[in-house]
Amino acid sequence: MHLAYPAVLSALLFCTGLYGVLARRNAILVLMSVELMLNAVNLNLVAFDVWLSRAAEETLHSGQALTLFTIAIAAAEIGIGLAIVLAVHRNRGTSDIDRLRDTAEGHEPDGPDTDTPATGTAAEKAEATA
Amino acid sequence: MTTTTLAVLVPLLPFLGAAAGLLLGRSAPGFVRPLAILPTLAALVLAVLVAARQGGGRAVDAVTELTPTGSVPVELALHVDGFAALVAVLVGTVATCVQLYSTGYLRDDPRYPSYAALVSLFTSAMFLVVYSGDLMVLLVGWEVMGICSYFLVGHYWETPEARAASLKAFLVTKLGDVPFLIGLLALATEAGSFRITKVLGAVASGSLDHPTLIALLLLAGVAGKSAQFPLHTWLPDAMAGPTPVSALIHAATMVAAGVYFVARLLPLFEASRAAMVVLAVMAAVTMVGSALAALAQDDIKRVLAYSTIGQLGYMTGALATGDRGAAVFHLLTHGAFKALLFLAAGVIIHAAGTNSLAAMSRMRGLRDRVPDAFWTMTVALLALAAIPPFSGFFSKESVLGAAEHVATGHTEHAPGAAGWTVLVAGLITALLTAAYATRLWLLAFRGQGAEAPDHGRQPLVMNAVLWVLALPSLALGGLAFRLLPDWFDGHDLTPTLTTSVLGTGVALVGGIVTYAAWRHTTALAVRTPLGAVAAHPEGDAALVEAEAIASHRPAYGDLASAPDPSDPGRLLLGPVHPHAAAGFHLDAVYTTLFVRPVRAGASLVRFLDREVVDTYVRAAGALPRLLGAAVRSAQTGNVQTYVSALLAGTVVLAVAAVLVATGA
Repeated sequence: MHLAYPAVLSALLFCTGLYGVLARRNAILVLMSVELMLNAVNLNLVAFDVWLSRAAEETLHSGQALTLFTIAIAAAEIGIGLAIVLAVHRNRGTSDIDRLRDTAEGHEPDGPDTDTPATGTAAEKAEATA
Repeated sequence: MTTTTLAVLVPLLPFLGAAAGLLLGRSAPGFVRPLAILPTLAALVLAVLVAARQGGGRAVDAVTELTPTGSVPVELALHVDGFAALVAVLVGTVATCVQLYSTGYLRDDPRYPSYAALVSLFTSAMFLVVYSGDLMVLLVGWEVMGICSYFLVGHYWETPEARAASLKAFLVTKLGDVPFLIGLLALATEAGSFRITKVLGAVASGSLDHPTLIALLLLAGVAGKSAQFPLHTWLPDAMAGPTPVSALIHAATMVAAGVYFVARLLPLFEASRAAMVVLAVMAAVTMVGSALAALAQDDIKRVLAYSTIGQLGYMTGALATGDRGAAVFHLLTHGAFKALLFLAAGVIIHAAGTNSLAAMSRMRGLRDRVPDAFWTMTVALLALAAIPPFSGFFSKESVLGAAEHVATGHTEHAPGAAGWTVLVAGLITALLTAAYATRLWLLAFRGQGAEAPDHGRQPLVMNAVLWVLALPSLALGGLAFRLLPDWFDGHDLTPTLTTSVLGTGVALVGGIVTYAAWRHTTALAVRTPLGAVAAHPEGDAALVEAEAIASHRPAYGDLASAPDPSDPGRLLLGPVHPHAAAGFHLDAVYTTLFVRPVRAGASLVRFLDREVVDTYVRAAGALPRLLGAAVRSAQTGNVQTYVSALLAGTVVLAVAAVLVATGA
């Protein structure tokens, strides 16, 4: 089998995953999209390992071995990810990523925004002298 | 013990007393008084022993070098000649009297321990200046005296007058000390040593290249310390300190240190005729100006302060005529009678509850309240006015005799012009001195009006000290003028007939004219009631004095003068009176010349710092803040936006990498 087939398939898979990560709102679907991207990478690893070991006299099949590691880590990751999503859903009643904006600037009232007026005047001064 | 050991112990004992007093002042208040008096008394005894052993013979010289100090060595050196031995006895006497007097004067003062320790430290520094044979060691004592004077003038630091006066005293004397230090270093560089004996040897062999420059630089320091024109303005204000301090530091000893210094290095000054003429002019202006100002002062202590400036002028005048024997003779007698005048003035201020002569002239019977102060002050004022046979007569006549000697061209070290200047100014000052002494006596003791308040008897120790000091004021001059030439350079100190008759004549004229003026004006006193007395007349003398000083300006409108038409000084001075009362506006001139430019410079620096330098600092802080604010707005909290930005960045980087790799 020519290398182009798995490579194109993996690229398609990766793009699908990327689209899912960027565009989906549901956190579980985003996690699934991340899995798609990981598996695209896995597919690439296996395909290129086979392609490279054909020419090599001796090989350790390190690409395929690494794939096994990636799968194991991905399983752990998805477990933690799902647990987080579950906990967020229990606390907030939603797992919509667009509504989980706690890290946004200006979200907390006791943030570093207390000196904003001073910043404003200082900025004016700086402009005046510059 | 050898004379050297004794002489070393003289400055050391008061120093140890001061250290112990400062350390034990709080924990063991019972030891404070013995620690103040005994070391000073012991130092006096030792100074007398040193003087007796030295006996006016060859100078005692001892030297040790603690450590090498570079090109010109600084050595711990003693140089005890006749001048040093006698001045040390004077310092010890006055310091012991003042320490004793202070135990009564400041008996309820909470800051007495530190006060007594500072007076001891001052005494030690003055002994160091007197005995030191090394100019650098002398300078150490000189500066320690300055800092003690600063602290002691500011003893009543609750009052703004005392705070301002202490700062002024410190700054003005430092203004003279900076050229003084430069002069000392220049002198040591040219002479190759700080030792007084070696410096004088270099002067004698004519190896100094710039004697005029060095002498003038040193004169600046002398003018600052000895309160000579134009650096005398600090001394009248320094009267805001307690009276014993005024007696010890600002009348008898520290202000005489400048005169003593010139007397020690007189050959150096004689090497430059310009310096001698400057010294003579300085002395003449100081004498006449201060005597006029003294005639117009209302505060009894300010009268005495201006009188001190004038008498120091006599001493510098004697030095300008090249006769240091006469200068130190006048220093000794003046130290005794001026200390007495101040201490008696302290008693009077306590008894009257005011320091204003205008208020005292409206009190009847003040002399009966303080008979000891009355009699001793009369003696001291007669000595001040140079009436024979009081001690001031002999020393002042020796100064005038020296001036006459130079004026008539009998000597080669001093220019004749200097002699004439000193002689004429000295005679005018003799007239004015008698006038203000008479005015002081009449206003203080011959007042008319309400009965003087009775605050009980003065402490015994204060009155006893007055009588102790009255003895030298009465007799020192007459007994000493025959003996002293053996201790000094051998110049004859006997009064000459011409100057004696002239000097005593003008003094009598001054006294009589003032008496006549007083008879003329005293009737006016009833019509203008004046007089404010201290709020706590039952307190100790120091408290009464502090209140009197603080209330003078609110009560009379001015620190120096009072609107009193019955003042004979007002009649005698006529239109000059307001200017004389203000010290001929020298303070205003200094304000215009120095204080305002310095303040303007300070505000300019403040503007540059606050508005120019700080703007750059603030801008350096504001720019990162601005950038941070701009970048923060990208932080929306939407994870997907971040990932999109990450993707876009990756794509850009990948494209760039490909382009670089392909070499496009």
